Amino acid sequence: MTTKRTIRYKSVETKYMEERAQALSGLLNLDRRSFVKASLAAMGAAAAASLDTPFSFQPIRMAHADIGEGFRIAYISDSHLYERDLNDRFVNALLRAVDDVNALDPQPDFVLYGGDLAQLGQAKELDLGAQILKELKAPVRMMVGEHDWYLDMGEKWRALFGEPNYSFDHKGVHFVVLNSVVEADFWTARKMSPMERMKTVAGLDNGWQSSFTVGDAQREWLKTDLEAIPTKTPLVVFSHSPLYKLYKPWNFWTDDAEQVQAILKRFQRVTVVHGHTHQLLTNRIGNIHFHGMLSTAWPWPYAPEGLPELTVQMARPDPFNPQDGCGDGQIIVHPDGLADKLYNLWNRNPVTVKKTYLASKGKTDRPEGSPRSSY
Amino acid sequence: MMRTRTFAAHTASFLTLGLVLALGCDSDTPTPSGTPTAKPTAAKDTAPKDTPAEPTPPAASPTTASPTPTPAAATPAGVEVLLCDGETKTTVPAGTPGTAIAGALMSEWLAKHPEREWTTQVFERHGLKPAADNHALIGQGQGQTYGRVSEQDVLVWKTEVETLALAGARVFHNGDELGSTVGVSCDMCHPHAANTHPETYPKFQPQLGRVALLRDMINWCLEHPVRAQPLSADDPRMRALEAYMYAQRSGVTLAYGKH
Repeated sequence: MTTKRTIRYKSVETKYMEERAQALSGLLNLDRRSFVKASLAAMGAAAAASLDTPFSFQPIRMAHADIGEGFRIAYISDSHLYERDLNDRFVNALLRAVDDVNALDPQPDFVLYGGDLAQLGQAKELDLGAQILKELKAPVRMMVGEHDWYLDMGEKWRALFGEPNYSFDHKGVHFVVLNSVVEADFWTARKMSPMERMKTVAGLDNGWQSSFTVGDAQREWLKTDLEAIPTKTPLVVFSHSPLYKLYKPWNFWTDDAEQVQAILKRFQRVTVVHGHTHQLLTNRIGNIHFHGMLSTAWPWPYAPEGLPELTVQMARPDPFNPQDGCGDGQIIVHPDGLADKLYNLWNRNPVTVKKTYLASKGKTDRPEGSPRSSY
Repeated sequence: MMRTRTFAAHTASFLTLGLVLALGCDSDTPTPSGTPTAKPTAAKDTAPKDTPAEPTPPAASPTTASPTPTPAAATPAGVEVLLCDGETKTTVPAGTPGTAIAGALMSEWLAKHPEREWTTQVFERHGLKPAADNHALIGQGQGQTYGRVSEQDVLVWKTEVETLALAGARVFHNGDELGSTVGVSCDMCHPHAANTHPETYPKFQPQLGRVALLRDMINWCLEHPVRAQPLSADDPRMRALEAYMYAQRSGVTLAYGKH
């Protein structure tokens, strides 16, 4: 045990980059089938010998070992793409997330894209995003964000990806995708051009815009959609904004959240996964478990008030560490219909918020917090 | 020419017109349109680089005794009146009262300069913590050559400092004013200047290997995530950015060196 000590310390970055390089060179040298075989064999051997699995890929591999008959969904969210000529950083970040998800073995059942693919809703930004997401090996389910919508009121987005609200069933779980970024008209009275409207919505702290809602029409649609679903069926809802009220000035907020929650109330197991907040965020209201998603573009600070009690804050991002506080992740749905939420923070240890943490209302399995709280 | 004379004959109305025109041309006076009282006005040394151009005062002031404020020409439709900026024109029927002419001219000018209300607009959009209230000082002597503190003094202090902070908010939220080459502005990571923690500077910044002031961190952000040129310490944009960040942390205890 002492023999290794001299070379034991390596920084997180070094380990990550080494393993990444190793994995990529492996891919170059092997065809896919042999690579899968080789990596499975290596994992098996490592598990049998109870050796440490590789540092940064460990949680991913450990996670699916416990799934049993459950399944996994990967997520990528809030990429805020500009055209590549203007800003290649956000583009590269989305490519990194696509690489991450494509490297998952076995592959997730599908990938949720959590909204805000574009920064200013422009056709070229959305086209670029769509093109990059086509590289994903697993099927993709799209959700819309306000940055995708308010230039042309969703015309381009719908042309690429279809209607923003829909539902589907997968392995006994009912999934609902909502457009929760419906804003009341603030632009006509101010005689705004489409781009002025878009830029107003694109500013998180721009008080000229309205609050997010799901809206009457979609709530009616949701009621109808859920009518025939038995109470015992596990429900997973995807919304861009959190379906509760956290902090209104930043639209970390859905104005008709209570009405939506009332529709979901009769179900015994409900998980809501949302984008928009770019941070680790955990909440529980009644039977509804809420989880945030990470952004690939930049992290948001925590709101100055209204933070749910169950939220364990992620580490304060280091501005000197590019892409710190950003990432992607997974939703691990267990056979009982409850879900673990994995935050794959780039440049940091990944964090898993387990279903038992929320089920016990924070009494067990508390995720590891950061010693430095936000300012 | 008859019409011009008719217009000039409205002496009383003309005096009003002259006053309103003078107001419209004075950059340090709030605009006459009904705006909130808290709205500060532009201070020249703090205004960001593309602050809308103030109207240039004409060589001959409209308040001088010339018979018309500016060349006014009679047309078949009415009287053409020119504002003291030398550009803004409007045409009114002969015999229109001077106040109405002034109102029409101001509307024309405001329509051409929507950004004139920039402080109000920035405040409505992004908010600002109010500057400290100094009303308790009104009426007190200062123990020196200055007289007692007046309500006007207190208003000026507040207006001026809030204007600088609002100029900062404006730069903070605008990638073009920051000079970003990648479309990134400060608010994209720091809504309402959250997480800029100016109260913790100066502090030793291990990543830089030296003690950093707030402006050093602003410049670091400008050069890296924003991909812009750094600003000199006395650049009006730097002064405004610092003012905004400090304003937004009003009430927080200073804790220099805090990590």
